[in-house]
Amino acid sequence: MSAGTGAVSMHGNKLRDNLLTALLLGPAAAWLVVFLVLPFIAIAVFSVGERAPEGGYQAAFTLAQYANLPARATAFWNTMMLAPMGALACLLVAYPVAYYLALQAPQRWRLILLALVVIPFWTSLLMRTYAWMYVLGGRGIPALLAYVGFEDIRLINTPGAVLLGIVYGYLPLMILPIYVSLERLDRRLLEASADLGATPLSTFLGVTLKLSLPGVMTGFSLVMILLLGEYLIPTLLGGGKVFFIGNALVDLFLQSRNWPFGSAIAITLVLVSVVVLIAANRISTQVSGARRVDLI
Amino acid sequence: MTAVPDIEFRGVTKRYGAVTAVSGIDLAVPPSAFVALLGPSGCGKTTCLRMIGGFEQPSEGQVFIRGQDMAGTPPYRRPVNMVFQQYALFPHLDVEDNVAYGLRQARPRLSSREIASRVGEALAMVRLAGYGRRKVHELSGGQQQRVALARALVNKPAVLLLDEPLAALDKKLRTDMQIELQNLQREIGITFVLVTHDQEEALSMSDFVCVMNGGRIVQLGQPSEIYDEPADLFVADFVGKTNLLSGKVAGQSGELVDIALADGTVIAARKRTALRQGETVSVSLRPESLSLGAPESGRFKGIVRNRIFLGSTAEYAIEVQGIGTLLAKADHLIGHGNLFKPGEPVAIGFAAGTPLAFPDPKNNGTNQRVTKHVEIIS
Repeated sequence: MSAGTGAVSMHGNKLRDNLLTALLLGPAAAWLVVFLVLPFIAIAVFSVGERAPEGGYQAAFTLAQYANLPARATAFWNTMMLAPMGALACLLVAYPVAYYLALQAPQRWRLILLALVVIPFWTSLLMRTYAWMYVLGGRGIPALLAYVGFEDIRLINTPGAVLLGIVYGYLPLMILPIYVSLERLDRRLLEASADLGATPLSTFLGVTLKLSLPGVMTGFSLVMILLLGEYLIPTLLGGGKVFFIGNALVDLFLQSRNWPFGSAIAITLVLVSVVVLIAANRISTQVSGARRVDLI
Repeated sequence: MTAVPDIEFRGVTKRYGAVTAVSGIDLAVPPSAFVALLGPSGCGKTTCLRMIGGFEQPSEGQVFIRGQDMAGTPPYRRPVNMVFQQYALFPHLDVEDNVAYGLRQARPRLSSREIASRVGEALAMVRLAGYGRRKVHELSGGQQQRVALARALVNKPAVLLLDEPLAALDKKLRTDMQIELQNLQREIGITFVLVTHDQEEALSMSDFVCVMNGGRIVQLGQPSEIYDEPADLFVADFVGKTNLLSGKVAGQSGELVDIALADGTVIAARKRTALRQGETVSVSLRPESLSLGAPESGRFKGIVRNRIFLGSTAEYAIEVQGIGTLLAKADHLIGHGNLFKPGEPVAIGFAAGTPLAFPDPKNNGTNQRVTKHVEIIS
């Protein structure tokens, strides 16, 4: 084979590879453009516009909507409290579960237990939250407690109920990434740590926890970002007395039809999420080492 | 012996459910020795090492470290340290923090100045001074191996445990590390217990070799004893290369025993245990104890089938009518031109007393083991 034909066929291969890559990535890219990029651009454009007299959007270029953000400061504040606190509560419940699943549970039970974690996902969160309304409501647990002598215990419409609903709803999203990072953990590292004189507690703090941090951060940011937009659980289980950004958005887009202000809030929320994501990623790569060592 | 052994096993048995991994081990490792636990995979050698480290508990019997019964003592309270297979270095720590890990666990706490100086010494000892701030994944396999050594030795353990430490290295590096490990052991003067399935590694590095098979110790001795005076057929076959010829006991003459081989030849062999008249035996003949000569001399006559030139020596696979293929090793003397060619007829001789006869209940007359060697070399 001469050098010339070699070059030509290599060129042909490269073209074919590019085409194949484009074909494979095409559907996903189209999906993202239509359902993520275009709506995002629309929202960005709306956010610098004005509310039309009868509601909706009217073209303009003003930062008035952003200047107006403090009007919803309470909703922002509540969301900024709810999201990290909810994610933290989720983490505290999820870590022991993931730890048990990955490191303690007998091999043959592991799949079944994992399935049990995921199965609630098959029912809509709305349905399950309604179910909690009845469980926590007057005829649920309080009725049972009254029966054994604890009268007048209120569960529904309390911050505790909201927290419970959030932990319940988002737990699988926290368990799975932590499980994966613990499952990948090289058990010999734990033995090495014990061999070097570390007690089980210092092995956990010095090795297990640090090496599972990427999973913790993934789960934490996943849950936290979803909680930034959450309004269903607080509304149903918290009695809708505390307003979150989610409530504000529903209100602005569907009731008062102030699309530009709603858009400005949405854009701000997205920017906050991105900052949170980047920070979480930075922290976890720094603590757990930039790369895993693969010796084989 | 009056000195307290560094490691002692007393009647140690380890079962996993119905499987017995180690059964009835008695072993005393004298202070400052380099001991190798050698055996095929599944022979229980790693289980023994893990019982010293405290990662497994014996089902029966006791393990003593410097005279202390270790029953119920967790790994983090044992005065031993382990170099793990594939090293198990902490990926989230740099070299210095990996080495300092054990020192930072010490209670009462060591001063950071002491930790720094001991880490520095340990890294210098394994010739990695200046590598302290490197990430573990930036190091080569050999360097990672040395970090693992430093990480274990910095704690000044009573005994260093090595689990197949050289398995992940290439051949050249492995030879270098063998010498380095030997020097380190002499320098520090603590007991090293090495687990390996590589007989060459065990023979070349250790003062004592403990050959294991099927969860038991088959032979314990110095490397030369193990090689020259194998206790049984398994050791003869597992340690070093050998030719195994099957035959029957034809007569006894004092220390020696006459063996009739398959082709009718009768040779005199030494024995390790009493052999009955007519008993089926396997005779071990080391390739280097065979001498090759002109076709008209020697005990066996054969034809060279393969030749493997190894530089200082050459190995020959020689087909002998009625016996099978024998492996012979001959020195290559420069300028002597004494290389036999494939197809050439040769005579094979050996000094009286070099053959060793073992009872072999399993041997049904075919010469399987020798054919195995031929597969390896051809």
